[in-house]
Amino acid sequence: MAQYNINVNEQNHQIDVDEDTPLLWVLRDHLNLVGTKYGCGIAQCGACTVHIDGRAIRSCITPIATIGDQKITTIEGLSDDASHPVQQAWIEHDVPQCGYCQSGQIMTAAAFVKDNRNPSDDQIAEAMNGNICRCGTYTRIRAAVKTAAKNT
Amino acid sequence: MNTNKTHNRRSFLKVSAATGGGILFGFQILGCQSEPRLPSFIAPDITIPDAWNTLNGYLKIGSNGIITIMSPNPEIGQNVKTSMPMIVAEELDADWDKVIVQQAKLDTDLYKRQLAGGSQSIRFGWHMLRKAGATARQMLVEAAAKKWNVPSSDLTTDKGVIYHQSSGNSMGYGDIASAALDIEIPEEVTLKEPKDFKIIGRDTRNVDRFSIVQGKPLFGLDLKKEGMLIAMIEHPPAFGMKLQSFDASESLKMPGIRDVFAFNSLPEGTQKQWTDTNAFPELIAIVGTSTWQVLKAKKKLKIRWVQDSEAESTLKHDEAMSTLVSQTPDTPARLDGDPIGAFNKAAKIIEKTYNAPFLAHNTLEPMNFFARVTQDNAAVEGPIQTPEYLRMTLSSVLDLPEDKISIMMTRMGGGFGRRLYGNFAVEAAVISQRMKAPVKLIYTREDDMTQGTYRPAYKVTYRAGLDAQGNLLAFHVKGVGIHGSPVFANRFPAGAVDHYLAENLTQDSNISTGAWRAPRSNFIAIAEQAFLDEVAEAAGKDPIDFRLELFDRVINNPVGSNNDYDPQRYAGVLKLVKEKSNWDTPKPGIGRGVSAYYCHNSYVAQVLDVEIQNKLPKVKKVYCAVDCGIVVNPEGARNQIEGGIVDGIGHTLFSALTFENGSPEQNNFHQYRLIRHKEAPDQIDIFFVDNGIDPTGLGEPSLPPIGAALMNAIYKATGKRRYTLPLVQQETLLG
Repeated sequence: MAQYNINVNEQNHQIDVDEDTPLLWVLRDHLNLVGTKYGCGIAQCGACTVHIDGRAIRSCITPIATIGDQKITTIEGLSDDASHPVQQAWIEHDVPQCGYCQSGQIMTAAAFVKDNRNPSDDQIAEAMNGNICRCGTYTRIRAAVKTAAKNT
Repeated sequence: MNTNKTHNRRSFLKVSAATGGGILFGFQILGCQSEPRLPSFIAPDITIPDAWNTLNGYLKIGSNGIITIMSPNPEIGQNVKTSMPMIVAEELDADWDKVIVQQAKLDTDLYKRQLAGGSQSIRFGWHMLRKAGATARQMLVEAAAKKWNVPSSDLTTDKGVIYHQSSGNSMGYGDIASAALDIEIPEEVTLKEPKDFKIIGRDTRNVDRFSIVQGKPLFGLDLKKEGMLIAMIEHPPAFGMKLQSFDASESLKMPGIRDVFAFNSLPEGTQKQWTDTNAFPELIAIVGTSTWQVLKAKKKLKIRWVQDSEAESTLKHDEAMSTLVSQTPDTPARLDGDPIGAFNKAAKIIEKTYNAPFLAHNTLEPMNFFARVTQDNAAVEGPIQTPEYLRMTLSSVLDLPEDKISIMMTRMGGGFGRRLYGNFAVEAAVISQRMKAPVKLIYTREDDMTQGTYRPAYKVTYRAGLDAQGNLLAFHVKGVGIHGSPVFANRFPAGAVDHYLAENLTQDSNISTGAWRAPRSNFIAIAEQAFLDEVAEAAGKDPIDFRLELFDRVINNPVGSNNDYDPQRYAGVLKLVKEKSNWDTPKPGIGRGVSAYYCHNSYVAQVLDVEIQNKLPKVKKVYCAVDCGIVVNPEGARNQIEGGIVDGIGHTLFSALTFENGSPEQNNFHQYRLIRHKEAPDQIDIFFVDNGIDPTGLGEPSLPPIGAALMNAIYKATGKRRYTLPLVQQETLLG
C-alpha cells in the first residue's frame, strides 16, 4: 500500500492503495465516482474511458502509480449540469439504450471533438472504434458526435 | 424530507376483472403512506411536491401536480422505463413534462409479469397500464365534480388539468388528488380512442437520459451500501469439470481479504425454477473490502479441478450435429401432404445446410448483484430480468419465506436474455448469508464470458422441391441444436406449401445454454431467409415476388390450420420495404439482399445494401419495414430497431464462442469479436405500418432477419453463397 495524491475533476484527493491499482477501481471504489464503468479490464471496450490532461485513456489498465500530477477528468467532471456539448448532443439524439457504455463513449467523443470541429464519418468511426456499444447505438453516436463537434 | 398526510381510510386490495380477461392488479389504495424513492437525478425543471397521493400502484400525484409513475418491468435497455409510463400518462391525461418515472420493486400484489423477456412487456402491459391511468383520471374527475357540484360528464381533462367548460373553472390534478382518494374505485372506465392519443405515438426521450449522460449511479455494479463487502467467484475453467480442492492460504494473507470459501448456490433439495440454468453451482467465493484486492486474491488461489464429465470441443459438436441431422426423429414436428412423394416428382431439388456457433450474451455490464441476508430476511438489488422467479429460488436456497425477501431491480447494462438466469443473484445471497454482511458480487469479464448460458450452437438442413415452372412443391426443414432445435414448425413457409415436413432433434451437452435475444429465431430466420433466396433464384423469380406468391397462397388457400402468422401483415411489410427501397431499381456497385420474418407477434422486412471494401462487407444502407401495431414511442422504437439490426449484423459477421477441451476459447473482447463503430451501417431507414392494432413485440424482431438480408446481399456482391456463421473470421470474409 502507498499513498497517492491525485487530482480528479479539479479536486485533490489523497488515497491509500496498492501501487498497481488501476485508476478505474480508485475512482469507483475509493472516490465513489461510479460513472466510469468496468467492462473488460483489458482496454478492449472503452467503458472505462476518462481524460488525463485532456486525452482519452482507458482507466482499467492505468495503474494509480503512473498518474503523478496529471489532471484526471471523469464523466462526473465533464459538466455540473449535463451542459457539455457532447452530453447535450447525446440527449438530443436520444442515443442510449441500456446506457452502460455511454460514459465511455461520451468521454472518447469529448476528447475527439475538441480538435475536430467538422469530422467526417470515417474520422468519427476511427476515433470511436475502441468503444463497444453492445446495444448497437453506433449510428446515433455518429450523429451525436457530428452535432457535438458543430456545437463545440 | 416531505410530510406525509395520513388517511384513516383502510387500505384494501381491489381486484376486478380486466376487459380482455385476466385479473387487474395494481389497484391497492395506498393513501399517502410512502414516499416514492426518487431517482438520483431528475429533470432540472421538476420541483418535488410537499405531499404525494398514491391513487394506485402505478402512480402518485404530488400536491404541486408533479406525478410519479411507477415502471413495473425491469429495464434492460429496451426502453420500457420510458414507454410503459407513457401509456399510464396517456390515459391519465398527464402532462408528460411533469412526470417522474420510478422503477418499481418486485411486488406481485401490485403488478403482474414483472419480467423483461420475449419482447412482451408492452404487449401484456398495454391494457393494464391504460386502465391504471384511466382509473386514476376518472377518480380525479369524480372528485372535481363533487367539489364543483357538477356532473362529471361535463368535465374534460388535458395535460394534468380538469376543466369545466361552462363555468370556466379549472383545477390541476395536484389540487384534487387527496380528495380523489375518497372516490370509489370505478369498475369500468372508458379508454381513449387511439386517434385521441397525445403521448402515445409521440417521440419521447429516455427518462434516464440526464442520469446516463452524467454517469449517475444507475446500475447494479454502481451500488454502494453501508458495510458492504466485495465478492468474486471462481468457477471451473471448463465445462465437465468440478472443484476438487483449493488452497487459499496466500490469498487470505493479502490485504483487505476477509474470507475465501467453497459453496454451492443450488444445494441438493433446492426447488429449482426454469431460470436456474447453471453449469457451475459449486464455486469458490473470494470476499474482501475492495474490488482490486479481491481480484488480486482471486488470481492467487491454487485450485484443483477434476474432470466430472466429457471435455467437449467445437469439432466434436459439429460432428455430433452432422450425424444427428442425417437421422430421422420418431415424430415430425409438422407434416403436411406427402413430402417424400412430392420430392420424388420435383424437377429441381435444392438442399443446403446452415451452421451457427454458440454465442455469449456479453452484456457490457458484467453479472453482479447486491445482497443483504440476515437470519430473518433478505434484501437483494441488482440487474435481473426475472425477479419473481429469483424470489422463489432465493426462498428455497436461503430457507426464508417469500414475503421476507425484497427484490429491487436496477437499470441493467444490457440483458439479451442473460439476466433471465439469476445464478449470480443467488450466489450473492448465499455469500452474504455466510459472511453475515451485505455483499456485492462482481463477475469479471472472463468469469462472465466463460460461465455458460450461451445461445445454442445450431445446424439446420433445408430441402425445397420445385416443379418445372418454378413452383414450390415440397419443403423440408430439419433442425438440430445444442440444446434444442431452432425450428418453429408452424412458421412460414408452413402453410404455403402442400407438402411440408419439419423435424426437430436435440444434442445433449454439459455446456449450459439459454435464451439469447430472439431465441431460436436469431438463427433460424437467417437460415430460412437465406435458403428462400436461393430457392427463389433456382425458380427464376425475384426474391420478393417469390415470397409474395407464397403469402398469396396462404391468404387464399392456407395449408393446415396451425400457421402461427398473419400472411396479410407479413406480405404487408414486404410490399412496404419493396416500395421504400426502390427494389426494382438496381444500384450499381451495390449488392442488395432482402429478408422478412415474424416473431414476438411482430412483422419485419428488410432490404440491405452492401459494398465489398478491402475484401470485407460494408453495409451502406438498411431499409426496415415494421408492423408492431401501435408504436408507443417512435423515437425509442427506432432506437430498438436500429440496435437489433446492428446487433444482428455484428453477430452474423463476427461473433462466435468455440470450445477446446471443454473450455471456451474466448474469454474477453480481444478474442470474442463484437461489432464496432467502423462496421455499423452507414444508414438505417425505418418505416412503420400504421394500422392501430394493439402493440406487439419490438425489442427482438428486427434482429433475426437482418443476417439473411446481409447474406443475400453479400451473395449479390460476390457471386458466392455462404452457409456457416460467422461470415468473417480472422478479419477475412470466408469463402
